[in-house]
Amino acid sequence: MSAVNHSPSSEAILACEGLSKHFGGIRAFTDVAFQARRGEVTAVIGDNGAGKSTLIRCLVGVHVPDAGEIFFDGRPHPFANPDEARKAGIETVHQNLALIDELTVAQNLFLNREIVRRIGPFALLDRTAMKQQARAMLSRLSINMPSVSQRVRRLSGGQRQAISICRAAGSGAKLVVMDEPTAALGVQETANVEALIRRLREQEVSVILVSHNFDQVRRLSDQIWVMRAGRMVATVRSSQTTGNELVALVTGAA
Amino acid sequence: MNTSEQNAPVHTAGAAEEGRPSLSALLLDPSFWADWASVVGLVGLVIVFGISQPVFLSVANLQALLLAAAILVVLSIGQTFVVATAGIDLSLAAAVMLGAIILGLVNAAGYGIFLACVLAVLATSAVGFLNGVLITAGKIPDFVVTLGTLSGITGLGLILSGGEPTMVGSTFLLRLASGSFGPFGYPVWVAIAAVVVAHIALYHTRFGVHLLATGGQTESARSLGIRTNRVKIAAYTISGFCAGIAALLLVARIGSAEPQINTSLLLNSVAAVVLGGVSLFGGRASILGPAIGALMLTALVNGLTLLSVSAFYQPLAVGAIVVLAALIMRYQK
Repeated sequence: MSAVNHSPSSEAILACEGLSKHFGGIRAFTDVAFQARRGEVTAVIGDNGAGKSTLIRCLVGVHVPDAGEIFFDGRPHPFANPDEARKAGIETVHQNLALIDELTVAQNLFLNREIVRRIGPFALLDRTAMKQQARAMLSRLSINMPSVSQRVRRLSGGQRQAISICRAAGSGAKLVVMDEPTAALGVQETANVEALIRRLREQEVSVILVSHNFDQVRRLSDQIWVMRAGRMVATVRSSQTTGNELVALVTGAA
Repeated sequence: MNTSEQNAPVHTAGAAEEGRPSLSALLLDPSFWADWASVVGLVGLVIVFGISQPVFLSVANLQALLLAAAILVVLSIGQTFVVATAGIDLSLAAAVMLGAIILGLVNAAGYGIFLACVLAVLATSAVGFLNGVLITAGKIPDFVVTLGTLSGITGLGLILSGGEPTMVGSTFLLRLASGSFGPFGYPVWVAIAAVVVAHIALYHTRFGVHLLATGGQTESARSLGIRTNRVKIAAYTISGFCAGIAALLLVARIGSAEPQINTSLLLNSVAAVVLGGVSLFGGRASILGPAIGALMLTALVNGLTLLSVSAFYQPLAVGAIVVLAALIMRYQK
């Protein structure tokens, strides 16, 4: 396959070149180049309306970009919709978490990936297996959950975030994309979710993290990409930057 | 009724969170009563009617009660699938009428009773499918669409039948209506079979989980790749299918196809669903609950009749119970 040679870098799990997207007359972003390296936590930062969320949505197949090319694992134009992205190994932790309140923790973890037993022409849910595997998924990421048969409605914000991240990571995903995972959380819950993201990295899951919180981004990520007014304006190694530099890059004061 | 059990203090609701709650904690929990409203109501009615009119508990009367409940049980199951997606099917009783008329006309045209039954069920399923497509692809609110089809298929039924009832003198339907196997008549077995199949579909298949997910949070379900529009269309089609089965039972029971809508069937199907602890906001459903709710409503009418209460009071009683049940549902967790 010659397509492989088009990839910007073989280290990149997900990358894009010349990507543009507009909605009617409103430009979300223009001519964006970006890459997330395998096994790293890659952060995308920027002010409100800089185009971060829309970029992420294009990368995982929710929106179709107007121009440019996306590469996943070296393959060009990978996904037509989120379902294909999910099958290829990109899991998204949505800002709204995409949890179903009335279903149990186990049901949420296996939603649209249910384990079934075939009995003749019928496929019946294997609830025991799903509960067991749900417990294993939670304990692998050291998530403390009293019961996997509990309805999600009763969980705290941090627990819900943990379930959503666990679902994303638990399926053997190659890349987990998180949009503002701690935006609505308290101090302790934020710390728990950050610990969870570190554990994902230890298990060599690649992560793309969209965040407003520059300190958090410097704590968690390996590489930081900065968006401003619909353009990708800079990229820096997290270890070689300061909070002040990031603020300057985001606001354009540099 | 059962207001005495409703005095439980609300603050104990969270007490039984850890592990298996004790029986006393369960009985003090309003959510328990909300979940089991139909069972509690049925038991309460059986006790009240059993004491005040012992004939109520006779085997003959209980068998008659179950026979009378069969149609409503089947319809309530159909309604449950729709309500579980946070929708409502107002065309249910009209679909029953359309199914009955098609059954009568096809049979009268000499095509045989089996073809007549199949076409009747296909027609009502098609009505359900159409409801689902209009609601999802047309992005029209469910009650507007089903109100529209209610009127539309009422008209269609009148046009097809010319407003005249059609006699259906079929030995097959006669046997279906009057025959029995073991303790129950065939219609009761049909209802039991519907309950079992629907219960398995709701709790033991991927479709069931996706249905509840679609009803609970449509956007979340969609972002996980669940085809929520298909799920909704399937729910309405199931509702239409149930209306078709109910039409067979109805024609078998009365021996003719009447171009008349039994509106109490529609209201009672929604009432049974509410009594059964199914959330009208979707995402939370059971099959046994509505089935027992349907039994309860039938028992109410049966008991009031035995007590020689005028039939005029029966809708009043049903209305009061449904509103009460909806109030109790507020305590559901």
